Amino acid sequence: MANSWRRERWESFRLLTPNWQSRLPGLRYQGPDPDGYMTTAEITEFIERSAKLSGAPVRTGTDVTSVRRAGDGYRVTTSRGEIACRTLVVASGACNLPAVPRFAGAVPASVEQLTPFDYREPGRLPEGGVLVVGASATGVQLAAELRRSGRPVVLSVGEHVRLPRTYRGRDVLWWMDASGVWDQRYDQVDDLTRARRLPSPQLVGTPERATLDLNALTSMGVELVGRWADVRDGRALFSGGLRNVFSLADLKMERLLDTFDEWAGTRGRDDELAPPERFAPTRVPESARWQLDLSGGEIRTIVWATGFRPDYGWLEVPVVDEKGRLRHDGGVVDGPGLYALGLPVLRRRRSTFINGIEDDAREVIAHLAGYLAVRR
Amino acid sequence: MTTVANGVNVQALLDAREVLKGAPEAAQFVWRASSTWRNGVHSTTTVKEFFGLGQEQTHRNEAVFDADHPEVFAAEDNGITPIEYLLVGLAACLTAGVASVAQNRGIQLRSVEATLEGTHDIRGILGADSDVRNGFNDIKVTFNIDADASRQDIEALVAQSQKRSAVFDALTNPTNVTVEVA
Repeated sequence: MANSWRRERWESFRLLTPNWQSRLPGLRYQGPDPDGYMTTAEITEFIERSAKLSGAPVRTGTDVTSVRRAGDGYRVTTSRGEIACRTLVVASGACNLPAVPRFAGAVPASVEQLTPFDYREPGRLPEGGVLVVGASATGVQLAAELRRSGRPVVLSVGEHVRLPRTYRGRDVLWWMDASGVWDQRYDQVDDLTRARRLPSPQLVGTPERATLDLNALTSMGVELVGRWADVRDGRALFSGGLRNVFSLADLKMERLLDTFDEWAGTRGRDDELAPPERFAPTRVPESARWQLDLSGGEIRTIVWATGFRPDYGWLEVPVVDEKGRLRHDGGVVDGPGLYALGLPVLRRRRSTFINGIEDDAREVIAHLAGYLAVRR
Repeated sequence: MTTVANGVNVQALLDAREVLKGAPEAAQFVWRASSTWRNGVHSTTTVKEFFGLGQEQTHRNEAVFDADHPEVFAAEDNGITPIEYLLVGLAACLTAGVASVAQNRGIQLRSVEATLEGTHDIRGILGADSDVRNGFNDIKVTFNIDADASRQDIEALVAQSQKRSAVFDALTNPTNVTVEVA
């Protein structure tokens, strides 16, 4: 139970959502720190409590090795025997395997390579410089932590989502929740493919509720370079388009803050909130390096914070597209009696957050119950 | 909403995007150019045919481009220098992007002007200093846009144009180049 939180996160990891937003059906946070952020131990305990509360039969320590169509249902093979079912909900998540670009194979052997699944804490890395690849939540958090350990850190930055931790005195995720941005439905989003591929925002959950954007990293002495494009002759080549990924992220953040202000104004909430604020544009390095010699000894470790992908290797039903994603419409998978939950923007923008499961589950399970009712 | 007329058939582009999602082979294009040496460092390059949508295609007219070096390089200046063609390509590509994105976002353009500057240390190509690269050190593009839109929306147009630009990508990211003798 809660395996990915127990085994696939680093030591300093905390949830991006404040405690009061951690809600599961029938369960909400009741501890002393509603504005804090849960550690992996706290999330694990929260999920265990939810399982106990629901009373659903959970088979722990059991691997699903295959799912096959059988009769008018499915046969699930596990490490502890087989299960036959009429319907099946795939809730294995979107982050089963770290996604690493193919040119990782061309990195000289003298450089150690880690994914977020391998990374635990800075002390386990070799002494010397670290190249962190990717500037979403994982990348900025690990870059900051590694820099604080005294190591020189270079961060390779592609398209990213910039957010302040707090805005007008409230957690930025309070705004996503209260203003209704998180409730935007999958069938109302302009470009659903893009919304589902959106990288995680540059946020970290700390007691200080500090913003961890690229300006914060620059101030700490992290060196920013462009998106890593390729390796040639043992050299990393970075895109020269760094300025534009900054502009895109700055503009998108401003647009989101405009949306928040407009919502607060029309709902008459301005009095209970601090005045609107705007943040300095992302500072462009005077001359960002576009190549780096990987065999020169400057970089001893590469941390690939380049995202994750789902693993459907066990799903022997033809419902996965050519990009390895499940074909589904709001969690109704393209196979009879097959459903999904917990994927990005499954039914609404909040789908992948812990508090996003309840509404999604209600709608998806209603469909499932309807499916069973007509086939009784 | 008033109709925006920037002269870009965005619907055709959006339709093509949907069709090509399911037909990646039709999306494979090959652009071609062929050149002839004239004299000195003067050459002419012609562009007419290309391949795309599964078959050979032809531009309405053949285009001919003269390239040479300026008189300060002790040449005859029969045309612009080859590296200046990179600025031509970048300007044209970003401008096309601005017009297309504006059309798609319902923004009426009145004028779009861009000035480009590529800084170039020619000690590289002369072999005068092996630490100096041959190509541009930096390229700076400055847009002056008059449109029915806020400054923020105009900045977003220019940012999105870069995000979807073929030439911007070709200049900012490495490309494999094979040169051989037939």
